[in-house]
Amino acid sequence: MATPHLTSFVQSMFDEGILDSQFAQIQALQDSSNPNFVHEVITLFCNDAERIITEMNNYLSHSNVDFSTLDSRVHQLKGSSSSIGAKRLKLACVELHQASDDKNKDRCLQALNIIAQEYFLLRNKFQTLIQLEKGISGVETDNNQR
Amino acid sequence: MGMAATESQFHVLAVDDSLIDRKLIERLLKTSSYQVTTVDSGSKALEFLGLNEDDDQTNPPHIPSVSPNNHHQEVQVNLVITDYCMPGMTGYDLLKKIKESSSLRNIPVVIMSSENVPSRISRCLEEGAEEFFLKPVRLSDLNRLKPHMMKTKVNDHQNFEKLEESEETQFQSPPPKEQQQLQQPPQPQQQEQQQQQPSNNKRKAMEEGLSPDRTRPRYNDIATLV
Repeated sequence: MATPHLTSFVQSMFDEGILDSQFAQIQALQDSSNPNFVHEVITLFCNDAERIITEMNNYLSHSNVDFSTLDSRVHQLKGSSSSIGAKRLKLACVELHQASDDKNKDRCLQALNIIAQEYFLLRNKFQTLIQLEKGISGVETDNNQR
Repeated sequence: MGMAATESQFHVLAVDDSLIDRKLIERLLKTSSYQVTTVDSGSKALEFLGLNEDDDQTNPPHIPSVSPNNHHQEVQVNLVITDYCMPGMTGYDLLKKIKESSSLRNIPVVIMSSENVPSRISRCLEEGAEEFFLKPVRLSDLNRLKPHMMKTKVNDHQNFEKLEESEETQFQSPPPKEQQQLQQPPQPQQQEQQQQQPSNNKRKAMEEGLSPDRTRPRYNDIATLV
């Protein structure tokens, strides 16, 4: 995974606060015996996050919001974000948790908007990251075939 | 740089309702050379441990070491590491059930939580948890697990002496693991060579790069809590 493009791309995500050192821990767990580990974790995370965001949207669309269940979903997303090192997304979850605690529907909607923004930004970056990773293995394969 | 040969025989049961966290803890544990089983709930954990929730209070106490001959256990488990916040049975509930069970009480239990709540931590430690890890759990945290697991091995008096040196042959058909790339049967002097793989080198590099004196709190002593 140590090519200039990939490394500097990931570094820019660290610099922008999108990712924190936990992501580096995950990268370090990838090796020849688990060559797709990062990709697998990212995939799991994105599927999970999208499911939760959709659910939270649903809960907030009711006139009588079930804040308790909403809060448990936020807790899950916050946990996943923390586990993958998604720093800004995790912070956005803290906002929604507080709004939900206060049972403030408007603030919840605002917070959820920000969560969605942060998530889609992160997802786009992850997609680029994966492409860069694949680009590397493509080159290696070509070299092997010469 | 002792990686005990016996580590390949340590079996950890990891309990977490989060799929991502299960994947991460499994990878961390395997990188640390443990055999791993993951389950997504406390009740499944108890099932795996062979504990029927209704009985066992009436059974006579067993010898302190965890033994494969214990008819209450399907498989031998050397440590349980569990998330605290889970729907249904929490990690604390699971801890209690394990410690209340005459057949399971000697299995060390470690609690993980994303939240740093001192009263929660002390409650878990008082109930018998060996350690309390803050999430996200890191590879360096897992270094704290081995001493607890060593206590439960049947032949731990032998293992303890060999901990920092070349390992003796303490083999009971080690389960298939990443380390097992040797063509010949494992010998004591080859345990060192067994470690020369990218994953282990990387792990060592990580371990050496991480200071033991982290600012993140680590709890295994009630006295440290205010």
